Amino acid sequence: MLRFDAVGLHYATGATPGPDVLRDLSFHVPEGAFRWLLGPSGAGKTSLLRLMYLAARPTRGSLHVLGSDIVAAPRRALPGLRLRIGVVFQDFRLLGHLSAFDNVALPLRLAGRGEGQIHADVTEMLRWVGLAARSDAHPAELSGGEQQRVAIARAVIARPALLLADEPTGNLDEAQAERLLLLFRELNRLGTTVVVATHNEHLVARQPAPALRLDHGRLIEGGA
Amino acid sequence: MARRSPLRPAGFDELGLRRALADRMLPFLVAAMAFLAALALAGWVGAATLAQHWQRGAGASLTVQVPHPDDPALGAPGTRVDRVLGMLDATPGIAGARTLTAAELQALLRPWLGPGPDPLLRRLPAVVAVRLADPPPGAAALATLGTRLDQAAPGTMVETQGVWIDRLLALARSLQACAGAALLVVAAVAAAVVAVATRAGLSARREAIEIVHGLGATDGFIAARFAGRATVLAAAGGVAGAVAALPVLLALASLAAPFAAGGSGPSAEISAAGLGRSLPGALPVALWLLLPGLPLAAAAIGFTTAQVTVRRWLRRLP
Repeated sequence: MLRFDAVGLHYATGATPGPDVLRDLSFHVPEGAFRWLLGPSGAGKTSLLRLMYLAARPTRGSLHVLGSDIVAAPRRALPGLRLRIGVVFQDFRLLGHLSAFDNVALPLRLAGRGEGQIHADVTEMLRWVGLAARSDAHPAELSGGEQQRVAIARAVIARPALLLADEPTGNLDEAQAERLLLLFRELNRLGTTVVVATHNEHLVARQPAPALRLDHGRLIEGGA
Repeated sequence: MARRSPLRPAGFDELGLRRALADRMLPFLVAAMAFLAALALAGWVGAATLAQHWQRGAGASLTVQVPHPDDPALGAPGTRVDRVLGMLDATPGIAGARTLTAAELQALLRPWLGPGPDPLLRRLPAVVAVRLADPPPGAAALATLGTRLDQAAPGTMVETQGVWIDRLLALARSLQACAGAALLVVAAVAAAVVAVATRAGLSARREAIEIVHGLGATDGFIAARFAGRATVLAAAGGVAGAVAALPVLLALASLAAPFAAGGSGPSAEISAAGLGRSLPGALPVALWLLLPGLPLAAAAIGFTTAQVTVRRWLRRLP
């Protein structure tokens, strides 16, 4: 599912490469696994997630996502893989000009699903996250917690093979956070591979699972 | 929710381009380009039509002067002018020849000799008006004809307007080339305008594009959204520019009318007199056929430019 072999990453600033943000990462997350991604701020969790959801390619090493060699894959092969990956971003990354319904429907429309199915699926998903009455609201009209629930709904609506979440409970109360983790667990039980990055050690304690722990761009726990 | 159709909603704006690709500035600039293109097209068609008119009018005739027309011809029965007329009738590429009557000659010379019969007329050469076939014979054939006529009736002169026609045709072709170059420049500027507007749209919607790209949108999907918007705006500008150019073209056609006055056949196309005639007859047919092509060309430029610009920009994303 996810295989990292001596992966390194640096961001280029102009023509010159910047400092390494990830160094020599080697680990394997099998299909259907659940992993916490832990580490202090600046450890490289977000950069590691960016590699996983194909927003960046490794500058060193070998990376396989969903069985595809990401270093060797042509650029045109990546959109098909992205359609199979759901992501909950820390900053939500909702489209401000679209309603909650249309934001959640976006992955399905990109996948070419019919509007009838989209309507049924999105309505059910919004009901599940408690936003059925707010489906026509735009992100600016929603609270932080509501926006995060829209982002979560968008990430899982297409039943992705790989679900990645970056601090997904940051704006949720305890009950909502618990409910979200139950959703992740349920998706994981149905076969979705799940990686959740968080600072929330209480959350990790309540849902014990193997962890990938980063520090200063290096993997200090959960390596191959 | 009842508003949702079974397919992706028509015109659904995933990227928010209705606000990013300005719906006023781009059509206005494209309209200005289409207006200039319409003028260039009119210049191209006008020059082509004038060249055709000159070629078929002045270029399709010549005059033959036969001195001592009533003297007997050398080695043949009849007069010298009869001999010349007989040879002209038998020459390929000549549609007809007739001798101007004394009255016609007198009318031609009246500005110099005054009214009334003049004894000078009796000593003037006969003037034969010759109509050439379409296509007319070449310059070499006409030179040979002159030599043959001179041998049959010494002193006979053939006068063609070939030199002037060639110069006028060269002028007309130069005007056509200039109009064509102007069209190319206008098309290039229109493409540049669309490219700049598209890049501005890309900058304005960068975050939305990155989100949609990250969700799995292909380059083709994103480029199609921009190209669709640019096509509509450019086509609207093309229509506006072509419509705005119409009264100007009609006015120009009426100004051009005197250049073709008195002509027949093709000259009727540009004798225009636009404002006083029915609209379809006010402009050359070719221009009526080309003008609707302006919005189509604008749309094609908008579509292609937006596609290329967006796809090149997207290469920066993984």
